[in-house]
Amino acid sequence: MDAPQLAIEVTGLAKHFGKTRAVNGIDLRVRAGSVYGLLGPNGAGKTTTVRMLATLIPPDSGNAHVLGLDVATQAAEVRQRISLTGQFASVDEDLTGRENLRLLARLLGFHGRSGKARAQQLLDAFDLSDAADKQVKDYSGGMRRRLDIASSLIVPPELLFLDEPTTGLDPRSRNQVWDIVRSLAQAGTTVLLTTQYLEEADQLAERIAVIDHGRVIAEGTPAELKRSVGSGVLRLRLVTPDDRPAAHQWLEQQLGSSVTLEAEPTSLSIQLSDTGRAASLLSGLSNLGIALASFSMDQPSLDEVFLALTGHHTEPAEEALTP
Amino acid sequence: MTDALNTSPTPGSATTPGNRQRDALAKLMADRARPTLPGPMSNILTFGWRALLKIKHVPEQLFDVLVTPIMFTVMFTYLFGGALAGSTDAYLNFLLPGILAQTVVFTTIYTGMTLNTDIHKGIYDRFKSMPVWHPSPLVGAMAGDVIRYTASAVIVFFIGMIMGYRSEAGLFGIIQAVLLLNLFAFGISWVFTTIGLLMRTPGAVMTLSWLFLMPVTFASNIFVDPATMPGWLQSVISVNPVAHLVTALRAVLEGSATLPVIAIALIAPAILLAIFGPVTMLLYRRQR
Repeated sequence: MDAPQLAIEVTGLAKHFGKTRAVNGIDLRVRAGSVYGLLGPNGAGKTTTVRMLATLIPPDSGNAHVLGLDVATQAAEVRQRISLTGQFASVDEDLTGRENLRLLARLLGFHGRSGKARAQQLLDAFDLSDAADKQVKDYSGGMRRRLDIASSLIVPPELLFLDEPTTGLDPRSRNQVWDIVRSLAQAGTTVLLTTQYLEEADQLAERIAVIDHGRVIAEGTPAELKRSVGSGVLRLRLVTPDDRPAAHQWLEQQLGSSVTLEAEPTSLSIQLSDTGRAASLLSGLSNLGIALASFSMDQPSLDEVFLALTGHHTEPAEEALTP
Repeated sequence: MTDALNTSPTPGSATTPGNRQRDALAKLMADRARPTLPGPMSNILTFGWRALLKIKHVPEQLFDVLVTPIMFTVMFTYLFGGALAGSTDAYLNFLLPGILAQTVVFTTIYTGMTLNTDIHKGIYDRFKSMPVWHPSPLVGAMAGDVIRYTASAVIVFFIGMIMGYRSEAGLFGIIQAVLLLNLFAFGISWVFTTIGLLMRTPGAVMTLSWLFLMPVTFASNIFVDPATMPGWLQSVISVNPVAHLVTALRAVLEGSATLPVIAIALIAPAILLAIFGPVTMLLYRRQR
């Protein structure tokens, strides 16, 4: 097989809608067989990028090769080798899960018995057999997502686009989707995933590109990225709000200026460059006689990543209005 | 959110089902059977099947199509029949081909409305990203509309016959009429798919489509012979495609149809298809 080393190779990709520069010169290199994360807020240009790479809309300028094929001139060949699971469930809500799969199977050349068999195989693998003959509009968010991903695997693609696969899902369903993505990666499928959650990109992706206003503002492995933005956030909740000024003062002395007072009067959050410091900070507070109601160690939120990388918070872009 | 110790999620607490799923998925992905891709005709039939499945699951969508023609036929016959033609029986024979045309022409609006509600759903992204013939989702939906047109035409014939209508050309004439109606509807549907893609809401599609259809159905020979109308209106009617359809339908149902009469009726839909077919496809590709 003459599999190219790069599943996606993009230079200077751009697309604007009216005055909005949705994608403003993006470069990407995605290794074949890897999971790659596009991380960014609503309207950053993630979906537009995916739609160009999946041949749904033509780029205004720039070069994009998918599986070695030019998306502008070889779109038909590209479509035979990719699958797209869009941001909004790309399944037919009026039909049943089984009918959805059989419909798509027929479009791909599985007729009669072979189509039925493939649909059943997918329903089983995605734990949807019990709901197979219910209309999709009665599915839960998690089931809908699983059907959506199953619909992309009727013919296993070499490259799968997953546009915000877990947005709006409960934690249990999100974990199921994560397991699915990991299994697909193990099977050798290249996955391009967009997400608003650093944690998700960290869990799944080999490399991450952070996108803001249609540009890549940072690129690297999750570890590299976290090194540049701090490895985590320690969130504290005190028993009484009266202790907060003292706690705030002491923590700032220890760390510098990376302590944030939350709106809630007993809460503080602390950016840590080294998670190992959390324990010493907690015991330090306890030595001062400041009682903690709870504490947790979280990854930085997207907003905190943006603050660290760009100096500004995530802001809703115009594109968010017309996805 | 920040309650105690919710660090990273516990990976797959139920390991057994997780592993089972992993195995099933691995097997699935290993089966890279890739049947030969079907051609455009097969794609169209598959999308036609989708339209049928949608009618099966949402049968209410046929309600309008079935009730409106009954209302029109009964209302116009008994309301105007005596005054216009001396008796309701005589009028029914004149009116029925016109009501058929009106009913089916009105039904074409649904093509635009259905497309408008359908197109904004994510499934069209999937269709566009698949190796299928690009117009097939739209043409397939229209193939499904054949059910609508035929159902509404059959209802009109059925009600008409209960009220005393008889086609001089018999069943053969009726079949020809239904065929002609379907061809005409297929051609003009592309106007409504264009409107369906341009407008933001189904309501707007409906309003704009009515603005277009009201004049062409009422300024026609559906209800009365244009001979008594002012000259300028007669010239308008002489170029009205719906009027040509009605003339052809009357001829077909009387058994006096000639090829030119039918050909003239199909000129307008052919032109509309030639113009609005490509416009629809252009708009469809530009959809984002």
